[in-house]
Amino acid sequence: MKIVVLLKQTFDTEEKIIVEEGRVKEEGATYVINPYDEYAVEEAIRQRDLYGGSVSVVSVGPERVGEALRTALAMGADEATLIADDHLEDELGVARALAAYIQGQEADLVLGGNFSVDNGAGAVAVQVAELLGLPHITSVTKLTVEGRSVRAERDAEGDAELVETTLPAVITAQQGLNEPRYPSLPGIMKAKRKPLHRLTLEQLGLAPADVVPLVRRIDVRAPDARRTGRILQGELTEQVRALIHYLQHEDKVIH
Amino acid sequence: MGKTILIFAEQREGKLRQVSIEALQVAKMIGGGADDRYVAAILGNGVSVASRKLAAYDVHQVIAVDHHELDAYNPDIYGGLAERIAREVGADVIIMGHTSMGRDLAPTLAARLGAGLVSDITAVEKQGEEVRFTRPIYAGKAFEQRVISCDRWVVTVRANNIPAAQLVEADAPIVSMSVNLDESIRTTVRRVVREAVDRVDLTEARIVVSGGRGVKSEEGFRVLEELAEVLGGAVGASRGACDAGYCDYALQIGQTGKVVTPDVYIACGISGAIQHLAGMSQSRVIIAINTDPDAPIFQVADYGIVGDLFEVVPMLTQAFKDLRASASS
Repeated sequence: MKIVVLLKQTFDTEEKIIVEEGRVKEEGATYVINPYDEYAVEEAIRQRDLYGGSVSVVSVGPERVGEALRTALAMGADEATLIADDHLEDELGVARALAAYIQGQEADLVLGGNFSVDNGAGAVAVQVAELLGLPHITSVTKLTVEGRSVRAERDAEGDAELVETTLPAVITAQQGLNEPRYPSLPGIMKAKRKPLHRLTLEQLGLAPADVVPLVRRIDVRAPDARRTGRILQGELTEQVRALIHYLQHEDKVIH
Repeated sequence: MGKTILIFAEQREGKLRQVSIEALQVAKMIGGGADDRYVAAILGNGVSVASRKLAAYDVHQVIAVDHHELDAYNPDIYGGLAERIAREVGADVIIMGHTSMGRDLAPTLAARLGAGLVSDITAVEKQGEEVRFTRPIYAGKAFEQRVISCDRWVVTVRANNIPAAQLVEADAPIVSMSVNLDESIRTTVRRVVREAVDRVDLTEARIVVSGGRGVKSEEGFRVLEELAEVLGGAVGASRGACDAGYCDYALQIGQTGKVVTPDVYIACGISGAIQHLAGMSQSRVIIAINTDPDAPIFQVADYGIVGDLFEVVPMLTQAFKDLRASASS
């Protein structure tokens, strides 16, 4: 089974976000594999180990993304491809680049994260599926592949849906799908010898007009500061009484 | 030439969802021209009550698609129908809630129609002809403004951030649309386990009672559930509590997990890791209950109670019960 994993490198979720002059400060930030994509990498490795085949990991982004791809290789992916680009900003543009790459791969299964913890639109994997004409199932917490049929459990606002489709298909990983492994030391050593390809949009046959952004970011700002809170004092019963008074009469959120 | 603005509404247990009424308001905020046309569509199984409700808002037409195969969201069937509706009405702008359906359907439609997508918006600002959408990034650690630079737009709306559209007791025409299921359907939804039945949806809840490692066990969450029930709210959790196996990952709030913006967020036994704060710090009023006075959660809290949640939460539950009893007597 040929498996392709869509991967994004994101800020570590414990990073503070500093906004300077209308942009998020990137200098000095710690980057990780987007946590949801980590589930996708793990699932790809498990499915390959069950059924054979190979795992290719692909990402679109600047040179630093190579580090995240190396981590995926160290986890056990077989090869990685970085579509080098510093400019793509909207989801459909990224999806077009990824779809152009997958087109030549004869992939049976495309795995991605449910959304990225930075932009959080959760659009790219779905759009890749649409551009390739493949069925997709998002937010998957359990995945079973048998022959060409796929059975998935997906999380829909707390409800569990059992969904079936056939390969080739695009699946996105939700938390709970698996427990991603840490790269082992031999895994890290091996990863150094695994292929990490670099491709340009041009090499994928994409002209600038094909990936022209439909959406532009015009500003970034920090969230409004919260008012200073108060730590309630006195006996617990008094604190509870005071709290309810404030909620009812000052904040007017309890009626 | 006016714009045609299409809203995909949703129902839950036969009732029109609040976030869909907020999406109607976003339509009004984007439009506003005298020639603009508003069409509301609803897909589902048994949509007559919800479609009549939609018709009572200020819309020109309601499109109702009623079929037993539409009971649960199926990307193939919904994608095909939504695309057909969008093309038939000539939609310039498509709006829906950033719900389980919206998160899946919006990018599908945007790809099929070559439309610009802005998802999960919390505000709309019009500057002359330019419409600026505000949306959270890094789960609310920052906000960005986006504009769409092509003719066709798809927008999803985060619950609880935009005021609801005004009910005008109108009587817009309801058009039924038939469903032809052809062989292009590759995906089937076999079974839906309604775990969330009778429960308030976490992302739409007005009140969220959330537990962390301090809740100590699965049973510990019961006291939180009791409080949530009295308040008509939903129960959430921190990653720590989910990782420890006290509750399902579906309840997780944070940068991984769900982002919530309720009126009241009650954090019980949650220390307040950055990744958790990202998921809840935009709540209107935050209450923190924790034994550790130095816990970072108190930095974002409007009200803090330093104390044992197993003491404080039942007291709160009782106090709200008394309040409800005195209000109804």
